[in-house]
Amino acid sequence: MAPRMLACAACHGKEGRSTPEGYFPRIAGKPVGYLYNQLQNFRDGRRNYAPMAHLLRHMTDAYLWEIASYFAAQDLPYPPAAAAKVPASTLDRGAQLALHGDAARGIPACAQCHGPALAGGGSYVPGLLGLPRDYINGQIGAWKAGQRRPHAPDCMARVANALTPEDIGAVSAWLSAQAVPPPSSTSSVSLPLPWPCGGIGAAAPMKEAP
Amino acid sequence: MRRSRAGRWWAVALATAAALALLAVGILWHAAGGLQGPGVAATGTAAALQPVSHVQDTGTVQRGEYLARLGNCMGCHTAAGGAAFAGGRGIETPFGTVYAPNLTPDIGTGLGRWTADDFWGAMHHGKSRDGRLLYPAFPYPSYTYVTRQDADDLFGYLRSLPAVEQANRPHTLRFPFSTPLALAAWRTLYFRPQAWAADAARPPEWNRGAYLVQGLGHCAACHAPRNSWGATVDAAGLRGGMMPVQNWLAPSLAAPEEAGVSDWPVDEIVSLLQTGQTPRATVSGPMAEVVFGSTQYLRAEDARAMAVYLQSLPVQAGRHPQEVPAPHAAVMERGRAVYASRCAQCHGDAGQGRDGHFPALAGNRAVNLHNPANLVRMVLEGGYAPATTGNPWPAGMPPFNQVLGDEDIAAVLSYVRNAWGNRAAALGAIDVYRVRERRAPG
Repeated sequence: MAPRMLACAACHGKEGRSTPEGYFPRIAGKPVGYLYNQLQNFRDGRRNYAPMAHLLRHMTDAYLWEIASYFAAQDLPYPPAAAAKVPASTLDRGAQLALHGDAARGIPACAQCHGPALAGGGSYVPGLLGLPRDYINGQIGAWKAGQRRPHAPDCMARVANALTPEDIGAVSAWLSAQAVPPPSSTSSVSLPLPWPCGGIGAAAPMKEAP
Repeated sequence: MRRSRAGRWWAVALATAAALALLAVGILWHAAGGLQGPGVAATGTAAALQPVSHVQDTGTVQRGEYLARLGNCMGCHTAAGGAAFAGGRGIETPFGTVYAPNLTPDIGTGLGRWTADDFWGAMHHGKSRDGRLLYPAFPYPSYTYVTRQDADDLFGYLRSLPAVEQANRPHTLRFPFSTPLALAAWRTLYFRPQAWAADAARPPEWNRGAYLVQGLGHCAACHAPRNSWGATVDAAGLRGGMMPVQNWLAPSLAAPEEAGVSDWPVDEIVSLLQTGQTPRATVSGPMAEVVFGSTQYLRAEDARAMAVYLQSLPVQAGRHPQEVPAPHAAVMERGRAVYASRCAQCHGDAGQGRDGHFPALAGNRAVNLHNPANLVRMVLEGGYAPATTGNPWPAGMPPFNQVLGDEDIAAVLSYVRNAWGNRAAALGAIDVYRVRERRAPG
């Protein structure tokens, strides 16, 4: 698979480990089902990013699953997290939202679904650490604007719509400044999730890759 | 020049005629069912509301399903991520956007009330159930050659699909192209229903190939040049041209230096149609869609028949100047440096390709094509070969849109077009800029 996936490296970095440039997310080591859902979403127009849609347009579900499996299996070290460039009060607010949520406003903690270490888990729930801040801001904004539409029910749109721009800036600043925990702590998501989420457990097409 | 003057004359004539005939058109318009999308039946009497019953044997449905693949009906009649055959994809034309209608048997929004005769009217005559004329974005100038039997089988298959309730999206065509009169004028000039006639001097295999290429395959829709009114010119010649709005060059299937296959073994033509990739060619852009959605499903004997016919097309010789000036040394030097850092890893130090995954650039027709539009598009947007049964895990090219500037792309393509025995005209940054700005991927 490696030579076939070289085209992805131009933006997502060697072996999908991301680049220092900022926007493009790391894909190496993400859960296979999560990556598969995203590939399908780009191909079928539920996520809008023309360059991804163009590359995936003539791919089968079976091939998308192989691609997801390839990148999910990459176990690569993360670079150190970039230092946050926001005031301490903003970071505190971000930490509060990520780890405890805001019960008064009905906002769950990130950790409730993405695990206490925010490292995701299982095949479908992604980790939230090791991502560029611009990317996190972009995704939450896309959920709010209806530009990122996963399988229904869309739990993340529900979360995103409850967040103010200040909330988003704070939580993205804090998340992007955290060190990524070692892989041993990654399988810590307990199902079912507090809110119903589409795409969890989407069927994988069975096909052997070379 | 003659064509553009004629074009202006027609624009004036059509606009004038449209204005003068407003009343008459209005009457006809109402008689024809008023403001409804194409392919939607007018609301009729109570009797007409009953769905027409059809006897659908399994054989008909299976034959029809295969024919739908040959015509790639689903390609246009399915929106990205939408229900199959339920329509909604926009076909952009120089005159506006035509939205493909719902072909599922839904009574209210699809072909639920259609009969096999109605369907024949659309395929053969380019007319909707209520007699309205259809826009030739639906390639009935090719489908008119489809036999009644094949049209009936195709209709039988469409009737077997699950009904999807999805209203047709109205076209967004500009005046005067949006008027029935403009369409009637266009058809008077450019369309006559045709019955397929085999050439008795040719073997059955060749005739089968000709029928598939000229009929359901509608190869001419892209591979024949179009005049300023959007009509194909010499459809059977398949001499290529720029695809309007999409701005991909559909290369000539009659010119050996473009995509002609007169000197290819039949097996290799078959392989390209069925898998999308052979050692000397990889399909990309709109042809990747055709292979993905249609030709990979060709039965062996039909793929061979198409190959035999395409191989026999009369050759267009010497249409482009053979001698072009070599690029400046500084351009070659800059291009060599870009190539070494961005391209050589996959395409090889000497443009020899790699492992069967990455095509050779030395001696590659797509690299040396006189018109570099497709080459620039490949560098800007990248792309994967289609995933087919014969090539299920294709390799791809990354997009360099956000990585390389116009000068670097012009230099590296000038280098690639003039290294390792290649010889084709150099590009300037303006050539890259034109392709880049004309249209974003998607």
